[in-house]
Amino acid sequence: MKGAVSIALAAASCLSMIAALFMVFVYAPTEAEQGIVQRIFYFHLPCAWVAFLSFGIVAVAGALYLWLGHRIWDDLSYAAAELGMLFCTLVLVTGSIWAKPIWGTWWTWDSRLTTTFILWLLYGGYLLLRAFGEDNQEIARYAAVLGIIGVLDVPVIIISVRLWRTIHPAVLLTRQGEHGLQDPRMVAALLVSLGAFTLVFVWLLWLRLSTLRLRARIGGLRKELALLEVAGAGARR
Amino acid sequence: MDHLSYLFAAYSIIFVLIGLYVVFVSRRQTRLEREVTRLEGELRRFEQAQTPPEQHRSGI
Repeated sequence: MKGAVSIALAAASCLSMIAALFMVFVYAPTEAEQGIVQRIFYFHLPCAWVAFLSFGIVAVAGALYLWLGHRIWDDLSYAAAELGMLFCTLVLVTGSIWAKPIWGTWWTWDSRLTTTFILWLLYGGYLLLRAFGEDNQEIARYAAVLGIIGVLDVPVIIISVRLWRTIHPAVLLTRQGEHGLQDPRMVAALLVSLGAFTLVFVWLLWLRLSTLRLRARIGGLRKELALLEVAGAGARR
Repeated sequence: MDHLSYLFAAYSIIFVLIGLYVVFVSRRQTRLEREVTRLEGELRRFEQAQTPPEQHRSGI
């Protein structure tokens, strides 16, 4: 059953990604000012959406773990943090590649770029804590608190283009409150890409949760085996 | 570099990183599944060794 869900999610992700590529490269028109390189936007923004969604899940699952103490919430939080980090890295890398031909530089300490980099560092810290800390409740609680604090940066990133002077474009809602994408075909391509990336995220989250469930099962089996060995040694004496 | 190269680089990095993550998670899952099978086998052998011989014979 679990394998079937995984295969179905993988197939849906691949098909939706093919559809997104078709929309981006065939259906959507080329932007007049930036030319072909503007098409990076159709995958850059969905990466940001998935990263924010991941960190939202990290915070909500972390809060539920602190409240209820069930391991499933901690596992969900950990899995989402890993994916958030992956997609946040992709946002920074694709943004940098897009910036070079348009701004003439790979990186600038612009408000949106800087706040996104801070988010990346916060969740990098979260993952380091999980990787080097022991697999116990104390580390899980610290990580949950860090995950909740980290997500506070997400609304700052979103409104940063309105709060500070920035060269980063405000695409979905411009500073004048207008719509950033003029052509409806561009909007359609963006929506299909957002859907495809959301599906990929669900698939990867499912995969990662499966490995965390297996890790928990191994922990349980090892404990059971150790108890039996102790009981066996006691009986022999 | 022309604009097409930047576009190609951006899309390639997205697919390569996501692909590498899938490979990394799948390999980890295979390793963990093998470990679960090994531990379950060990547990079964241990339980059988603990069961008295008369229970084995009577099928209890």
